[in-house]
Amino acid sequence: MVPAQLNLAPLWLTLKVASFATAAALFAGVGLGFLLARKQIWGRDWLDAILALPLVLPPTVLGYYLIVLLGRRGWIGSWLRESFGISLIFTWQGAVIASAIVSLPLVFKSARSAFEAVDANLENAARTLGSSETGVFLRVSLPLAFPGILAGTMLAFARAMGEFGATLMVAGNLPGKTQTLSMAVYDAVQAGNDQLATILVLITSSVCVLILFASGKLLKKDGI
Amino acid sequence: MKKAKEFLLAVLAVFLIPCLACGAEEITVSAAASLTNAMTKAGQSFEKANPDIKVIFNFASSGALQQQISNGAPVDVFASADQKTMDMLEAEKLILPQTRKNFVKNTLVLAAPADAALTVKSPEDLKQSGIKKIALGNPETVPAGRYARESLTGYGLWDVLADRFIYANSVRQVLDYLIRGEVDTGFVYSTDAVVGGDRIKVLLEMGKHKPIIYPIALVSASGKKETGLRFTDFILSDAGQAVFAEFGFSRPE
Repeated sequence: MVPAQLNLAPLWLTLKVASFATAAALFAGVGLGFLLARKQIWGRDWLDAILALPLVLPPTVLGYYLIVLLGRRGWIGSWLRESFGISLIFTWQGAVIASAIVSLPLVFKSARSAFEAVDANLENAARTLGSSETGVFLRVSLPLAFPGILAGTMLAFARAMGEFGATLMVAGNLPGKTQTLSMAVYDAVQAGNDQLATILVLITSSVCVLILFASGKLLKKDGI
Repeated sequence: MKKAKEFLLAVLAVFLIPCLACGAEEITVSAAASLTNAMTKAGQSFEKANPDIKVIFNFASSGALQQQISNGAPVDVFASADQKTMDMLEAEKLILPQTRKNFVKNTLVLAAPADAALTVKSPEDLKQSGIKKIALGNPETVPAGRYARESLTGYGLWDVLADRFIYANSVRQVLDYLIRGEVDTGFVYSTDAVVGGDRIKVLLEMGKHKPIIYPIALVSASGKKETGLRFTDFILSDAGQAVFAEFGFSRPE
């Protein structure tokens, strides 16, 4: 059943890209979620709306923004190239950026509501007992919000694994370099290679089910 | 309550407006990406001459369009950028062989972004170290990529340059990469270079590949064969050919 030329490189690349993207989205999402849940900052509702945009915008719109910003002639892209000789287009790092932005709202949204659900009295109690702000965050807020953040992170990972549109525009579809599972499926279908497409689709589905199952288990262990 | 009613009416209106044009008969034409501009213009001329018909275009790489037709997409006319794609559909009896006609000819060129400081006088010059990224259509599905592969193989350069290739999903994506300066060089049709205008420059005309001749045919499953034939007749007529000539296509012998 498995053809001899079946190449698993897209699977490893997908997992690598999704892991880095989720890690980036996790740090940014938790930070921003905490900021918007606990601090009174100017333009909070606008910031919230803008951070949720990747969830609702078509991936092609994001892809276009990213090309315009990161491309060789883009604002950030030209600066990166002139200062460091780095070009992100057609690289797996470019795919990481696209996936991270697409999955950021999932972490951010769940982190924000998880932090908002933490009883402020508990945080204040820690403060009266002499804990620093960092201590309050690390020992009280974060552990209490953790299950919600974890759930958002798992969804973000699954979303990053399936990312297609923005990634295709930024990183292209280069076999062995930036060809992720979703790209490989697209190529196989376009070339009429239904057998390969079926195998890739089954691999993708199994990996995603495993991740969702594992995250469900993890959440149960945490008592929710 | 009143607001809800107004909202419902607005929604209904949005769905009904397209029906104002319901009187005209619609045909769907799937055409190779490289035909985008010329075919759109030809379609407009055709609609002007035949106000009772509305042409809906579906542009993508010929390979992708072939897959759609194989899987039963409701298409009436298919125009491919190569003979091989059409041959495959003909072998599956998905197009009507007696309606198949060659309608335009094209050439493959090597192009670069307008501001590139490259000297390329022969295909051999592609080996220079300054050229790190060469864009071409994915040869599996994009005819322009297939012609590029055939040509480079002919010059003995395909394997040498392999790690510099950036595969695109259609020849128009190669053009976009060139315009944005994301690649150093790329293979497009001379007609795409016309669309690119002064944002790109043509370095070389490529040889050692089959002549690039586009066939057009009616799709077997089409329920609108007469209307489809009127369209293909127009494309082959002098009026239709004049539009294609405007975009740099030539007439096949």
